[in-house]
Amino acid sequence: MYWNPRIECIPRDELKKLQYRSLKSLVYNLYSFNAFYRDRMKAANVHPDDVNNLEDIVKLPFMYKQDLRDNYPTKMFTSSREEVVRYHVSSGTTGKPTLVGYTQGDIDFWTESLARALTSIGIGTGDVMQVSYGYGLFTGGLGLHYGAERVGATVLPASVGNTERQLELMMDLDVTAIACTPSYMVHMGEVAHKMGIDLVKDTKLRKAVLGAEPWSEGMRTHIERDLGIKAYDIYGTSEISGPMFTECEEQNGLHIWGDMMIIETIDPDTGETVAPGERGELVMTVLKKEAMPMIRYRIKDLTAIMDDDCPCGRTSPRIQRITGRSDDMLIIRGINVFPSQVEHTLMQIPEVGEQFMIMVDRQGALDNMTVQVELSPDYFSDKMSDMMQLKKKVSSDMKKYLNIAVNVELMDPGSLPRFEGKAKRVIDRRSL
Amino acid sequence: MPQRHMIKQLSIFINNEPGRLAAIAKVLSEEGINIKAFNIAESSGFGVLRAIVEDPDHACAKIKDRGIIVKETEVIAIPLEDTPGGLFKVAKVLGEAKINIEYGYAYSGKKMAVFFFRVDDIQPAIRVLKDNGVTVLTGDEC
Repeated sequence: MYWNPRIECIPRDELKKLQYRSLKSLVYNLYSFNAFYRDRMKAANVHPDDVNNLEDIVKLPFMYKQDLRDNYPTKMFTSSREEVVRYHVSSGTTGKPTLVGYTQGDIDFWTESLARALTSIGIGTGDVMQVSYGYGLFTGGLGLHYGAERVGATVLPASVGNTERQLELMMDLDVTAIACTPSYMVHMGEVAHKMGIDLVKDTKLRKAVLGAEPWSEGMRTHIERDLGIKAYDIYGTSEISGPMFTECEEQNGLHIWGDMMIIETIDPDTGETVAPGERGELVMTVLKKEAMPMIRYRIKDLTAIMDDDCPCGRTSPRIQRITGRSDDMLIIRGINVFPSQVEHTLMQIPEVGEQFMIMVDRQGALDNMTVQVELSPDYFSDKMSDMMQLKKKVSSDMKKYLNIAVNVELMDPGSLPRFEGKAKRVIDRRSL
Repeated sequence: MPQRHMIKQLSIFINNEPGRLAAIAKVLSEEGINIKAFNIAESSGFGVLRAIVEDPDHACAKIKDRGIIVKETEVIAIPLEDTPGGLFKVAKVLGEAKINIEYGYAYSGKKMAVFFFRVDDIQPAIRVLKDNGVTVLTGDEC
């Protein structure tokens, strides 16, 4: 079953022609009408006339997350405010968030992408889909919501939290599919078990669309075998719209619709293209975005492009499951955390020094982040109540900046490791 | 109010690394610091060692030099009678005067059992105790 067979199964050479035409007009448009892109291209000494085939994309300069921050809130938008129908916001590294905007056309192509993806895993009319991603500034909830409605499924917009109620609704409403983070899926399984609910016998849930955080084949095996649910990987970031691409029923690589995206993989250090099958940093060019076009955007996720034919018949290139990051970003319970954010936060807290170590563990299905900090001698007290208060204050200050709960461990001054050169401040003990 | 009734206590921060207390004890030993009485308060992830030592000013400086967080705090020392109700007498006086004991600990002492305790406002507490006939010890006496 295809949602849009003409484009999903388009012959490869035709797809490439289509991609080239889209790229050429995108570059011309941006060069002509947008100061940011024109300046960026001029600085790279490249003109739209230099793009004469698809391979010429490598001549174009990269874009970075920092560009979005530098141009916060809307300086990079290429549509007028009136044309923008929605904003989404993701947390920033130094208190400054990243804003993305969508025209109606942008919402439509994002929804189309998810309609193809959900169809490719057999979700459509007749299904009841529980969307247990966060609704709101985060793209996950609303993205999947629109996609599932488009394919004709009945949507239960459950959002996150209140797991017991979610499970009751799942049973009462005969939910057949769910979209959430893989760790929330595991957590739901644990809560169901405690409530005496057998997901296989007591519910109709058979498919899960899981993403927004890295996970592994091991976790898939656990979910499929122990919970009895087929688990499909989904991928996307707010800069390209949100979650957009999933595996098909083959569960072997995520289909990246070629009419919407051009994907490349590069060596993160040199910026040179790496061959399909080789691991590199994913670079995405969004061909259809109106409000905020992205050209050669460096997402910093590591993967490999799969350009072999998928038995499902779809001709789009695929990418492997994301295996890591080319920067030091951590994903804790679906929230992006950069060590630089922690550092920035600590500088605002006089009770502790600026040295730190981050430990990440997974307890059950939930990520736990501990930050070790050095206590400033002036704030030490012999009274336990003062010390507890101090620890609580540091924790709540961290939470305010990072948006996630953090365990704080107070250490002696000078006891944390100092680094010359590249600091290794993160110990990630999660086994995915 | 005589200063000599305020006993200097060292408070030392201990984080929760295994062996941290041993490391601190080693420093005290190397610096020749004799601990007369001590108590450890612990919470999730850290602890506070409170100790009565000989020559606290000198000991405090030595410990600080070794990169350990230490602070001098004043506490009150009183002898505890070796009879039932010894603690009650003292606690009653403080309770009636609405003076809150933050924490306290006892040791067997050379001549008698001694109770060390910390209050927020030390001078009025000493006055109240004395006014009610409670002996308050000086540093030399305990």
